[in-house]
Amino acid sequence: MNGTKMRVERLSAYYGKTKAISEISVGFPERKVSAIIGPSGCGKSTLIRCLNRMHETLPRTRVEGQILLDGEDILELDPVHVRRRVGMVFQKPNPFVTMSIYDNVSVALRFNGRHSREDTDKAVVRSLQQAALWEEVKDRVDAPALSLSGGQQQRLCIARALAAEPEVLLMDEPCSALDPVATAKIEGLVNELKNSYTVIIVTHNMQQAGRVADYTAFLYLGKLVEVGATADLFERPKERLTEQYITGRFG
Amino acid sequence: MKFDRSARRKLWSHTMTVLAGLCALVALIPLGSVIYQAVLLGGPVLSLSFLTSNPPLPCTPSVGTSCAVGGIGSAIQGTLVLVGLAAAISVPIGLAAAIFAVEYRGRFLGLAISFTADVLTGVPSIIAGVFIYAYFVIYDPSIVFSALTGSLALSVIMVPIVTRTCEEALRTVPHSLREAALALGIPKWRTTLQIVLMTALPAVLTGILLSVMRASGEAAPLLFTAFGSRLGFQGFNNPINALPLLIYNFAESPYKNWIDLAWGAALILIILILIASVLSRLVVGRMVRRMRGG
Repeated sequence: MNGTKMRVERLSAYYGKTKAISEISVGFPERKVSAIIGPSGCGKSTLIRCLNRMHETLPRTRVEGQILLDGEDILELDPVHVRRRVGMVFQKPNPFVTMSIYDNVSVALRFNGRHSREDTDKAVVRSLQQAALWEEVKDRVDAPALSLSGGQQQRLCIARALAAEPEVLLMDEPCSALDPVATAKIEGLVNELKNSYTVIIVTHNMQQAGRVADYTAFLYLGKLVEVGATADLFERPKERLTEQYITGRFG
Repeated sequence: MKFDRSARRKLWSHTMTVLAGLCALVALIPLGSVIYQAVLLGGPVLSLSFLTSNPPLPCTPSVGTSCAVGGIGSAIQGTLVLVGLAAAISVPIGLAAAIFAVEYRGRFLGLAISFTADVLTGVPSIIAGVFIYAYFVIYDPSIVFSALTGSLALSVIMVPIVTRTCEEALRTVPHSLREAALALGIPKWRTTLQIVLMTALPAVLTGILLSVMRASGEAAPLLFTAFGSRLGFQGFNNPINALPLLIYNFAESPYKNWIDLAWGAALILIILILIASVLSRLVVGRMVRRMRGG
């Protein structure tokens, strides 16, 4: 049984006066994949963006409650250091357009501390391998990042996040801009990644949650409705609302 | 004969296309005639010594004598000095203001910067000259007419242009890139300088060049500041010549050789701006292609 890597306690997040999520308490087990599902606007993206303090980068936002990483409240820490421990992959691939593939993957190493060229090279290869992109780009790591396809760009973004050696990897609907083939690759990747990382993934696709997640949390209107092992949640939901959502009666 | 609807539409479409083409031609007439006139009257005086020697004393040829043609060397040198110093002053200020307004939107202050820059862009350029003139008359009259005050007057014109164009350039950088950098634990200042600014660099350079070209063509702000001089650069605290200033002073003179010189200077100014514009397009185009991997 794994311990809890991250836990939020009575977490509320605001955009101006609008309360996007309300008093959510949930734990994310170490080296497991946890999915957050729910209809559009339920606050799942807001929740995951709180976990590496990206929520507060938007104007007029506010967070209340506690977010514990290994028992330490990250709201008390320097956000820059939090983000080095909690990496993130976004909905749309967002590689740095001025940089090559190599420079994209190594950016965290190059900007956030001194590493020898040799260490950086190794980290780039390792990260690209972990992101299942190495075989496709090993002959052209100096090519511009934008020369890659959309699916490849998203795996590049995953490699870039992994190169920073985070403890937790947040994925905010990482496949929503990708075709089914690329989606399948990313999902396979997520299954691999949980051997070394704690993965938290937001998805509006319930089949995807079913395929990749060990645990699933269902959010509705900013509140946590139900959380549990994925199979239990999908097959024997405790709440009526959950059942209605997973059977497609709303959302 | 009876028109069906489709034939009528086609006729209408052709008519309007021809009309739009004519309008485009009409719009090109002023530009074409300016260049034609400058080449016609300025072309004959061009030579290597025209680019290097200083303007001659005024002279109208009488029977049996001829006037020295001279050149515009001091004006070319002066324009380079004035615009160079003005750019050195205004680019850091304008760029920093733009970065502050876009990246550190302190709400009110950011809006205030954009608004002020907008207003300043619309201020007639002669005001910039009078402003610097008035300030130095009170503060240090000995250098009222100097390369320094000329550059400062040009900076007053360049700063708002650099600010506005750089603001627009920085705003075109997608928010997702800033998020990507911040989420990697890259500090804000580094994200701004090494991700956002580098991504916007082609557009930022275009904006800076735009302000340089605008300043190169300005005569009004230099009338009471750089003042003009027949000689070349004499130090930053002495008057200095500039191409537009020379054109303004000489074109209205009654002396044949000065008028010729003014036309030659006009042609050189057009050519210099054309070269700068083409070069910058090439450089920026190459930067963009390198990003896209072409």
